[in-house]
Amino acid sequence: MAEPFVKIRNLSKSYWRGGRQVPVLAGIDIDVAEGEFLALMGPSGSGKSTLLNLMAGIDNADTGTIEIGGVEITSLTEAELTAWRSDNVGFIFQFYNLVPVLTALENVELPLVLQGLSRKERKERAAFFLGLVNLSERTDHYPGQLSGGEQQRVAIARAMVTDPLLLVADEPTGDLDRRSAEEVLELMEKLNREFKKVIVMVTHDPKSAERAHVIRHLEKGYLNAAP
Amino acid sequence: MAVPFMYSYRSLWTRRLTTALTAVGMALVVFVFAAIAMLAEGLEKTLVETGSAENVAIVRKGAVSEVQSGISRDQAAILETWPGVATGRDGRLLAAKELVVLISLSKRGTDKPSHVVIRGVSPVSLVLKPQVRLTEGRMPRPGTNEIMAGSSVSRRFEGAGLGETIRFAMRDWKVVGLFDAGSTGFSSEIWGDVDTLMQAFRRPVYSIVIFRMSDQGSFQQIKNGIENDPRLTVEAKRETVFYADQSKALSTFLRVLGTSLTLIFSLGAVIGAMITMYSAVANRVSEIGTLRALGFARASILSAFLLESLFIGVVGGALGLVMASFLQFLTISTMNFQTFAELAFSFTLTFRIAAQSLVVALVMGLAGGLLPAVKASRMNIVDALRTG
Repeated sequence: MAEPFVKIRNLSKSYWRGGRQVPVLAGIDIDVAEGEFLALMGPSGSGKSTLLNLMAGIDNADTGTIEIGGVEITSLTEAELTAWRSDNVGFIFQFYNLVPVLTALENVELPLVLQGLSRKERKERAAFFLGLVNLSERTDHYPGQLSGGEQQRVAIARAMVTDPLLLVADEPTGDLDRRSAEEVLELMEKLNREFKKVIVMVTHDPKSAERAHVIRHLEKGYLNAAP
Repeated sequence: MAVPFMYSYRSLWTRRLTTALTAVGMALVVFVFAAIAMLAEGLEKTLVETGSAENVAIVRKGAVSEVQSGISRDQAAILETWPGVATGRDGRLLAAKELVVLISLSKRGTDKPSHVVIRGVSPVSLVLKPQVRLTEGRMPRPGTNEIMAGSSVSRRFEGAGLGETIRFAMRDWKVVGLFDAGSTGFSSEIWGDVDTLMQAFRRPVYSIVIFRMSDQGSFQQIKNGIENDPRLTVEAKRETVFYADQSKALSTFLRVLGTSLTLIFSLGAVIGAMITMYSAVANRVSEIGTLRALGFARASILSAFLLESLFIGVVGGALGLVMASFLQFLTISTMNFQTFAELAFSFTLTFRIAAQSLVVALVMGLAGGLLPAVKASRMNIVDALRTG
């Protein structure tokens, strides 16, 4: 069997809350294969978002290792991790997290600023990915002028624009109506199928999770046995 | 890589009211700073331009101003014929013995008296002071009770207009001429014939002897010669230095005042900027988290927020300077407490003052923005993202 794309071993994480150490993840081992679409499910406080944040390199583990695409991100310095994120991870958030003062196109363009591309290349790339999510008409609209579904599609274009290896999505449909949610999920499936993106999605909506190839459940910091 | 400039700019524009109010606060500080610097500059410029570099001014040893000085007739005679005094085209020595007396005159429109310099001059004085031009009427004739008035005196003082009479030294003096001396201190003086005035005021001594050097390079030699001559109890200065020294105390006072006021006021403006920037950071926590997640480094966040507060500083600085530049149309008169005479001068805006004012504005922006920007850059990404 080929080496997994994401390889997590003995991962633990706890938070300090009110002077007490609260364990969130306890000794997690998990693999995500190349081209996989993984859904992480579990009740609130089960640690699924924490696991996602650790994989995305925006949080630090207490112990254990995370290897993504051959890079052990748990041993990177903060500056290296920041640079690694900009090259390798696309983020899709529950509340879209678009920058309100930038237009749809500028929002999609934003991660490319870090890639050292020329202004023209950036615009072209950003326009291409806005087209991919069917929003070419809304290029100059600000997030406040877009519907929730449209904003999430802009966010997906932003996540895709740097051509990252990994897309992480934290409740991407949590704030959307059924129809918009369907559109977003179809789009994510398409990115997985046609662009071969590895997607890790946190959700507590079983219908959303059905789209994934693999569904894993977390409970109180432990991963339930793989199916 | 830096966060695009557009981001900072549009964020400011989104809260344009707060931004504008903060900038206005800074503008007021810059205005005060620039205004006082312009005042000191105008005062210095007026007094420096009052002298000419090729002239030597001789006063009694230790006298800071002409009013405090006294040079007896025999000493004046020695100085008049000092070797190194230039000769004019008509063969006359270019040396003038002058008398300076202060009198009290009422300002036009009020009864408030103010000190005015009466200067007794000789015909050579006009050659030595080429910045003085007769604009109306004629020169006073020696031996008569005739005087001429400087432009700013004739405008501001009762009886100093052409054809009017002023009473002092127990005589009536007719203004037969008006002269203009640009922005120099002479414009604030009244001139008459030196010998007539000495009689009228019953003064036995001159105040100052001024002569032109035939050789510009010989100043130090002339100064040494004069100051070491046992017959003389005087000191020699270049005329420009002599007048500039008269402005030193007042302009230094103004500068110290300006700096202290700026320091105190800027504290308020900096706190204002800090509150504005802290609330900007607080309103954009999840935005900051997003930018950090997307791969923008802490330093980029820091500089994006610093850029915003510096921008507020620039706007405030420019606004303050524009307001201050209107002061240039004002002419102010004040008592120079070194000479006790009324002196008219204007606010003078120089490139240096403009640059200093902008630096003050930028420093305020930086000081106000630093702590909030550091706070923004040090946020934990996960916590920031969790803040809706």
